[in-house]
Order: sequence, then structure tokens, then C-alpha cells
Amino acid sequence: MAEPALSIRGLTKVYGNGFQALKGIDLDVAEGDFFALLGPNGAGKSTTLGVVCSLVQKSDGKVSIFGIDIDRDFARAKYHLGVVPQEFNFNQFEKVIDIVLAQAGYYGMSRREALPRAEELLRDLGLWDKRNGNARMLSGGMKRRLMIARALMHRPRLLILDEPTAGVDIELRRSMWEYMRRINREEGTTIILTTHYLEEAESLCRNVAIINHGEIIRNTSVRDLLMELDTETFLFDLAHALDEVPEVPGFEVTQSEPAQLAVAVHRGQRLNDIFEALSERGIQVVSMRNRANRLEEMFVSMVEQGNEALDQKAAAKDKEASA
Amino acid sequence: MNPYQIAIALWTLVIKEIKRFTRIWPQTLLPPSITMTMYFIIFGNLIGSRIGEMDGYSYMDFIVPGLIMMAVITNSYSNVASSFFSNKFQRSVEEMMVSPMPNWVILSGFVLGGMTRGLGVGLIVTVVSLFFTRLSVAHPVLTVLVVVLTAALFAIGGFINALLGKKFDDISIVPTFILTPLTYLGGVFYSISLLPEFWQGVSMLNPILYMVNVFRYGFLGVSDIPVGWALAAIFTFIVVLFGVALWMLERGKGIRS
Repeated sequence: MAEPALSIRGLTKVYGNGFQALKGIDLDVAEGDFFALLGPNGAGKSTTLGVVCSLVQKSDGKVSIFGIDIDRDFARAKYHLGVVPQEFNFNQFEKVIDIVLAQAGYYGMSRREALPRAEELLRDLGLWDKRNGNARMLSGGMKRRLMIARALMHRPRLLILDEPTAGVDIELRRSMWEYMRRINREEGTTIILTTHYLEEAESLCRNVAIINHGEIIRNTSVRDLLMELDTETFLFDLAHALDEVPEVPGFEVTQSEPAQLAVAVHRGQRLNDIFEALSERGIQVVSMRNRANRLEEMFVSMVEQGNEALDQKAAAKDKEASA
Repeated sequence: MNPYQIAIALWTLVIKEIKRFTRIWPQTLLPPSITMTMYFIIFGNLIGSRIGEMDGYSYMDFIVPGLIMMAVITNSYSNVASSFFSNKFQRSVEEMMVSPMPNWVILSGFVLGGMTRGLGVGLIVTVVSLFFTRLSVAHPVLTVLVVVLTAALFAIGGFINALLGKKFDDISIVPTFILTPLTYLGGVFYSISLLPEFWQGVSMLNPILYMVNVFRYGFLGVSDIPVGWALAAIFTFIVVLFGVALWMLERGKGIRS
């Protein structure tokens, strides 16, 4: 059986101030996968990826990249790794071309080998015309693409993208998605993505892990996760404003705006029933859409459940202490 | 990484460092040249002519080696300190940390870059000094050896300073409050034989005194201290500080959380 692109076992990180960011997480990402690592801010996503990239020192646990234990031969493991961090981390006063060529040099690529690769990537990512300009003169979206070009210079087999489209406009985000899909599909690059745009994860990724409070609370395929979704909320835009909210047996209906209804549809319920019910009441529906992205709805409910469980645990502890 | 790839990585880093300080030459190469010219004019020409001889040489001839060394020390140190700290500050140090480049290559790349600037400025100051005096070099090999070793030593010192520094102030504290006083008191402008015995003993604790004196010995053939002893001390400092810097880098001091 092929080695997973990334294998994490019992990964723990306790920072100097005593904060336990990771509580012994296990995670496998198969070769060729497009994988999302999701979680609220401070959940432990960036710490996990920081350990994998050697930017954060782990407290305990094992990490292997394509079967190479990072404690035994991190240098060899790093060859397979490309990293696009959350924040811009290049010298803003250097030329675009110098930034990507220097990165190739750090991986031992000769200039003769690196120049055509740099041209290919900068052309693909729409930065070739800017190659002789200072990096600080680039727009935010261009800087993000520069970091992607830099990370791909040495043809990594595993690409880590930490919120790669944060602050990028919709059009550019879509073109970046297309590019990432292409390198995953055509070059077989395994991609691990963290993002706050759950639409992005739903659209791009095949598998997902959700991390909260330093623990993996779900690790499954995006498809399976969405099938577990119990309730979806649909927004119905109406032809006319309503004076009162209609009662529809079996459905939770609320009025979000005078001419808009929000209807919670549970698994097993049919949309036809709500349409028929509204039609019987003379209410005309002009258009319909999901209130939130489906994965977002799932994610929010899981994180909330996790937070509630944690609050209950804390309350029980307090009770025990005061008894 | 195989030796060829390591050589490419090291070359990349050194060239990057050289490009950095040459790109900003009005901040890195020009000011020390002007400052040293002022020293030559004021101390060498104007005041020096009234001082007379020092250790049997004209005052100008006496201070030239010291001033060259002072330029090499401060520039080697500050180049690495400011460049590496700026990499830390802009987080571009992460580019190197995520790469398979060994830590000793990262350290050596910055040190060689700092040495290049230090020696480059030293060369500029030497050329400027030719407008004021005729330089003769008594021991050329020793002169080159000691200036290269000194540049290496202070470049490593700058690296450690940058690793430990948390804000920009931290990388100017050492040059201002430690390096400059030690250089001024390291026999650049006077022979320690002029000092009372007690202060001669205190001066012997100043490592810069050894470097300035051996360098001066290379030019003039006179030194306040034994040359072999001084070379051994410089070499020992280099080995120890390189080891400390590498250990800190391996442990991720100041760069890994």
C-alpha cells in the first residue's frame, strides 16, 4: 500500500505559556488527495501545519511525509513539501523573479533548471509581466499568487495552502481554484488546504478534517459529511410581502424579510410539500436558495456542539471543585 | 542534499546577501567610507601632525590599520544583524526554514554575506587611506588572514544578535554600547603601552585589541601583544561562536515557536 502523503500520530503542542494547542491529533492524507483542514480561529490548524513545515516545534507525536519521519530525515521530507503560508513571508523589496529563483536555489536547483520553471509558473499565474518589479508593488492577490509560484518551484508532491485565497476577490479566487484543481488533477500534487471559505472546501476538496480546541472532531469525505446534514435552511423570495408568517405543518417557517421566508427542511422532508403548502395559501415563490453553504451549516453545528461539550465539562469541573 | 545542491543553496544565499547590500549602497557602503575619510582628515592629518610618532610610526600610519579594522568589524557585524533580523521581521526567514537547506548552510550564507560587506568596506577604506599615506604591508598573508578571520567572527556575532533580537532596537544596542566602545578602546587610536599598567591589563581582556594589533603587525611589523597568541584567540572565538549560533539555529531560538 502506498505511503500516505502526510501521516500524523499523537501530535501534541504545548506553547511556552502552557497553552495546549494540539491534544494528540491523528491524521492521514492520502497521496493525490485534495484535503481540507477546517476549524475556527485558534483551533490548531496553523499549528498543525506549522509542525509539518518545521516552523513550529512539536511537543510530542510523529509526523511522516510520504513515509519519511521528520524526526529522522526532515531535509529529505522537506523536498516533497511546498508551503503557501497565511501571511506574506517574502522580502517585499526583492524582485518577483529573484524571490522564486532564490527559493529554487534553497532546494539545490541550478539556475539553468530554475529559470524555465520560474517562467512557466509566473506565466501560469499571471505574474510574468511583473517579474522585474518589486514584490511590494504587487496587489494582494498577486502576492498570494507569487507565494504559490514560489512554493511550486521545486515541484513538491505535497502542497500546503494555509488560507490561500484570504482577501482575494471572487474572480481571482475562482481562477486560483481552477489552477489548484489543475495541479491536483494533472500533476497529481496532493493538496492540503485550510480556509475560512467553506464554499471553497466544498467545491475543491474530496476529504475533510475538522479541528476544534486542538482535537480532530471529524475526519471523513466531504460527500459523507454532507450526507449527515440533518437540516438545511432555504430562503424563499416571494412575489409579494406578507403580513404574517404562514403556518406549514412539519416545517419551521420564519420571516426573514417582508418578502422572504426562511424554511428549515429536515432530512426526509420533501421540498414539494412546502411548495404545495405555500401555493395553497396563495403565496408565490419567485426564487429559492440555501441560506448558507451546506458545509458551513454542518461545520457551524459541529463546532457549536464541541463548544457546548467543553462548556459542560468546565461547569462539571467547577461543580466538583466547589463540592 | 548532495554536495552540489548544498553548494547551489549556499551560493544562492551569499549572492542574495551581496545583492541586498549593494542594492542599498548609499546606506551600506557610502557612510563608512565618508566616516573613515573624516577620521583620516581630522585624526590623521590635523591632530596627528601634532601628536608626532606612535611606536616609531607617523600617527597617520599608526591609525590606518586600526581604522580599516574598525570598518571591517562594524560592517560585518551590522550587515548580518540587520539582514537576518529583517528576514525574521518580514518572516522571509521561513523561506529558508521550510527548505531542506541545512542550518549550517543558512548560517554560513549570512556570515559570508556579512564578511563580503565588511571586507568590501575595508577595501574601500584602504583605497581612501592611500590619498593620505603610502601604505606598506610587512606581512601580506598574515594581514589578509587576520582581516578575514575578524570579519568572520563579527559576522557570526551579528547573526547571534539577530537571532536573539526581538525588536529593531535590540540589534543596535550591541553595536552602540558594546562594539563601538570596545573598538575605540582596542588600540585603534593609541598604543596600549601609553596606558598605566592596570589599564594595560584591563585592555588585554578586550578581544578587539588582539585583532587590531595583529592587523597592525601585518602592515607595520609592530604589535603590543604576541601575534600567535592573538591568532589562536580569534580562531577559538570563531569556533565557539559558530557552534553557539548553530546550536541556537538548530533549537529554533528566536525563529520557531
